[in-house]
Amino acid sequence: MKNNGMSIIVRTVTRFVYGLIILFGFYVIMHGHLSPGGGFQGGAVVASAFALLLVAFGSTGLKGRLNLHWLQTMEEVGALSFLALAFLGIGTAFFYNLFANSGGFLFGASVPTGSNAGVFAAGGLVPLMNWAVGLKVMTGIAAIVIIMLVGSRKEETE
Amino acid sequence: MRKVALFVAFLFVGAFLLLGVADMRPFGEPQIADMDDYYIANTQREVAVNNVVTAVVFDYRGFDTLGEATVLFAAVVGILALFRKPREDER
Amino acid sequence: MNIGNLPFVVAALLVLFGLYTFLFKRNLIKLVIGITLIETGVNLFLVTLGYRTDGISPIYTFAPEAQKMVLPTPQALTLTSIVIGLATTALLLSFAVFIHRHYGTLDVRKVKELKG
Repeated sequence: MKNNGMSIIVRTVTRFVYGLIILFGFYVIMHGHLSPGGGFQGGAVVASAFALLLVAFGSTGLKGRLNLHWLQTMEEVGALSFLALAFLGIGTAFFYNLFANSGGFLFGASVPTGSNAGVFAAGGLVPLMNWAVGLKVMTGIAAIVIIMLVGSRKEETE
Repeated sequence: MRKVALFVAFLFVGAFLLLGVADMRPFGEPQIADMDDYYIANTQREVAVNNVVTAVVFDYRGFDTLGEATVLFAAVVGILALFRKPREDER
Repeated sequence: MNIGNLPFVVAALLVLFGLYTFLFKRNLIKLVIGITLIETGVNLFLVTLGYRTDGISPIYTFAPEAQKMVLPTPQALTLTSIVIGLATTALLLSFAVFIHRHYGTLDVRKVKELKG
């Protein structure tokens, strides 16, 4: 089977780099309530790592590593968990931030007013929603990229 | 002839856009900002988040984010349905 | 018109370029590029509306004390708009792929003749 990836230089650099890109994307998602970034941006960064893998190794070299059904399932899991997190505070209002300033273990800490160094365990539902939306965006964009490349490539060679 | 008419229409729209932009209020001085000032002043107390944009996206205006997530989901499902390989009995 | 309005002018020019693509180009891929140009112009216009002179980004982590912040709401809505634009662009491009597969061309004048 002919591999339709790029040259060995690109493939070697990709092997070094794609883990770091994914790590950076998870960092952006994780610190979405403290620093610039959030679920959308971090998810797009992780999806760009998947796209890099796809470009470097080709649609045939990636077979079996990224399952399309798995990606679609994870996207639905992200969307549904976002909706469930929004429904958590339905006792007061839809999208009510139940855990903020509650003092509980789930991001319940309070932050001082004004410029500070950032409290990681604060924010209530916001970091959890960041993770849900990040999961949704990264798997959704990865599914779009994979199916647009693989799907259009396959029909031509048939 | 059609191209000339289109070009006239294009010039018309462009002139309107540029004239409207030239009459815009000055850059860097938003005049109605009460809501945003409320967000900036109260985000740390109400949502306990340092990033005001994230607080607006996920807390104050969560419905917009929900609709956006729905649009992304619909697009992904639509693309997957388009590129789906037809089964044998459908061909 | 003063020079301070330059970002608004740039946004209007981006929208105009996209409109030019709509009116005078026939290729479907170029039409998609025109849509993204208009989208970029609208996003730039939204962000520009919320800018305050010498404002810092609305994030309190290690922020300089006692400085104005730019408006957060246009930035949040622009974030939403960017992701929606990405989704619609992907959908449009896959439609273009299928139109090319079905008609063998990307010219909108030839596509409108019904076939098959």
